Amino acid sequence: MKAKVYVTLKKGVLDPQGKAVMGALQSMDFSEVNDVRIGKFMELEINASSKEAEEARIKEMCEKLLANTVIENYRIEIE
Amino acid sequence: MKFGIIVFPGSNCDHDCYHVVKHVFNQEAEYVWHKETELKGFDCVILPGGFSYGDYLRTGAIARFSPVMNEIVGFAKKGGLVLGICNGFQILTEAGLLPGVLMRNKNLKFICKNVDLKVENNSSPFTGAYSKGQVVSIPIAHADGNYFADSDTIKKLEDTNRIAFRYSTPEGAITDEVNPNGSLSNIAGLLNEGGNVLGMMPHPERSCETELGITDGRGVFESVLKAFIK
Repeated sequence: MKAKVYVTLKKGVLDPQGKAVMGALQSMDFSEVNDVRIGKFMELEINASSKEAEEARIKEMCEKLLANTVIENYRIEIE
Repeated sequence: MKFGIIVFPGSNCDHDCYHVVKHVFNQEAEYVWHKETELKGFDCVILPGGFSYGDYLRTGAIARFSPVMNEIVGFAKKGGLVLGICNGFQILTEAGLLPGVLMRNKNLKFICKNVDLKVENNSSPFTGAYSKGQVVSIPIAHADGNYFADSDTIKKLEDTNRIAFRYSTPEGAITDEVNPNGSLSNIAGLLNEGGNVLGMMPHPERSCETELGITDGRGVFESVLKAFIK
């Protein structure tokens, strides 16, 4: 099965990359852009039979390695 | 005194640390490859600067799971002296030995220059040779040194005197103008609760010899030696 993991910065954590991209968009006349937050998207190919059991495993991967929960949130989608 | 210098794939200040310990301070030094599962006979362990695992995912995130890290966590929990410099500091936060996280610099640039630091705590084994409030000049060289932790953590660090160094003016004023990377509270170096683990973004090993122009980093190593003799 395939899992998608989205890692995003928590609210209130400064995102200088997002700010720089927003500045660029605004200077390109996309003035409707108010904010940009940059995160990470990961695709995992997984050998597992049970979606439920695997979800717990992927959560563990996120907690341990894929996200730093001091500053990041994560979201998991399993296909 | 015997120092262990941990070598991760991508460490690049390991030789500088080795050189300073061995040739400037005439102490025993040994490299320790990150795959080692034993850490014996060392009085102080240094996690050097560099780009362990290419900084992939997050700085220090993958190195933190190197086999030797289990030993380092155990060593630190027993009161062993652990010094993390730059990438070493980032690894220590990922490993949970120090709180918070080092994010991308506020201006998104890799900054390599000498900065002034105010010694906020001179009662630790890493800072005892400095005087409290002293301003020292030590180089930084990083893209991810922007210290962040939640406000409760920052308050706790302040209240328990665990901030070792802050970015300051040459006169010792803590201002936004001299904060190179956006670190909260101008934090440049941080101690753990027991005071036996120090993480710092500036590179003391690059400022120990007159040939290199500045020598203020010597104090960190002198402090460790002083603490050990005691």
